[in-house]
Amino acid sequence: MIEVRGLTKRYGSTVAVDRLSFDVPPGAVTGFLGLNGSGKSTTMRMILGLDAPDAGHARIGGQAYRQLRWPLREAGGLLESRAFHPGRSARAHLAALAASNAISQSRVAEVLDIAGLGSAAGKRAGKFSLGMAQRLGIAAALLGDPAVLLLDEPVNGLDPEGIRWIRGLLRSLAAEGRAVLVSSHLISEMALMADRLVVIGQGRLLADTTAAELSSRAPSLEEAFLRLTGDSAQYQARNMS
Amino acid sequence: MTARASHRPPGRYRFRQLARMEWIKLRSLRSTWLTLAIAVAASAGIALATGSSTTSGGMFVGNTLVGMLIGVLLIGVVGVLAMTSEYTSGTIRATFAAAPRRLRVLAAKAAVVGAVALITGEAAAFLSFFAGCMTLRHGITAPALSQPGVLRAIVLTGASLSLIGLLGLGLGAIIRHTAAAITVVVGIVCAGGPLNLAIRPYLPIYIVSHSLSATTPLCRPGAASCWLSAWSGLGMLAIYAAIAMVLGALILAWRDA
Repeated sequence: MIEVRGLTKRYGSTVAVDRLSFDVPPGAVTGFLGLNGSGKSTTMRMILGLDAPDAGHARIGGQAYRQLRWPLREAGGLLESRAFHPGRSARAHLAALAASNAISQSRVAEVLDIAGLGSAAGKRAGKFSLGMAQRLGIAAALLGDPAVLLLDEPVNGLDPEGIRWIRGLLRSLAAEGRAVLVSSHLISEMALMADRLVVIGQGRLLADTTAAELSSRAPSLEEAFLRLTGDSAQYQARNMS
Repeated sequence: MTARASHRPPGRYRFRQLARMEWIKLRSLRSTWLTLAIAVAASAGIALATGSSTTSGGMFVGNTLVGMLIGVLLIGVVGVLAMTSEYTSGTIRATFAAAPRRLRVLAAKAAVVGAVALITGEAAAFLSFFAGCMTLRHGITAPALSQPGVLRAIVLTGASLSLIGLLGLGLGAIIRHTAAAITVVVGIVCAGGPLNLAIRPYLPIYIVSHSLSATTPLCRPGAASCWLSAWSGLGMLAIYAAIAMVLGALILAWRDA
């Protein structure tokens, strides 16, 4: 379970995330939708304690991320596709992260298998394709077998087979009772993957709903999404009146 | 989820887990081993040449340790890279997501870098000394480790690598960019300063070459004052490393990753 309450982040005069509140419940895939630059990644970085919010807070299982006793066992995150040293092997990268949370080395082999990287585990990760880099990031997120997963644009760079794989993986992770937050700017992909949708624009919450409800607002889901994000200011104004 | 909770170990992540993480990170890079090997080989190689070209016994120990300056420079780079390579590659986000207590992570890095640099430094210093003794000619007898100041010179020169490694680590945490941080650490280590300037005894390069590696305190030609004593020199290096580490720690805690 992730709770986001009044989360706000400013960069100078720009407000990247603006009093954002939403929940990511267990047992479901929550799609985190917004155009590029709408504040999705900043929000996820704040949930993972990497960026400090200017106001508000995020909690994982009721606790601030920085208070977690074994962070990787509580929450797994994929924030960028190449968050590893190019000279290190996939296995060494995961082994180092595992050591920090007292996770066994046999679990490293397990997540390498889950991510389909078993045969490439000893290769220098700098030689990985974008798709393999994503798989390594997902393996890292799964390392601690966490109850909460946050994945920022995980389908980026994956081929159709890879996209299908991650869709199935996320659905099964949610079916096991985990809270899964997946960001994307691709509404069609989200429609196939997510049970719930949190839509943001210019850092503000535009909708906290389901794909079915959102698509009922317009002739198509895509149309509904674009209406929502295309003119978030007007939408907010209408909501206020 | 109760099943998952049950295999969560008691307690929380601590320094020990983080030190293991940092050790795996450092040892899993080929560049680490390559750099350390070059540091040891270069200083020992230079000592071989020093020994064979020595014609008088004075300052012999210090001369065999001259090549250690290469090791000092290289270890500064290793320290810088331990921090900046995480920023340039994005690994730092994975690291801090795994262990959000950043100062603890920095402490673990410092312990690992400091220990590896210390072992490398001592190995390089002793090898250099013995290499220099091995090639001594002209009927000069090699000094014994038991002679006054000899063991101290070797051990303290080796230890300087540990402090310069920490200086590099701290600078890496402050600057975050590899090229800029390496430039600064090389600048600090190599800073010579104009002749007779009062600050020269406090510059790292003179501390290593004139304070640490000397068996007896040296005085500057024509100057009233002497170079720092070996222990004061080591203390000075420790102060530089501490300043860099403290500033690095503050920036690490305050700035977004």
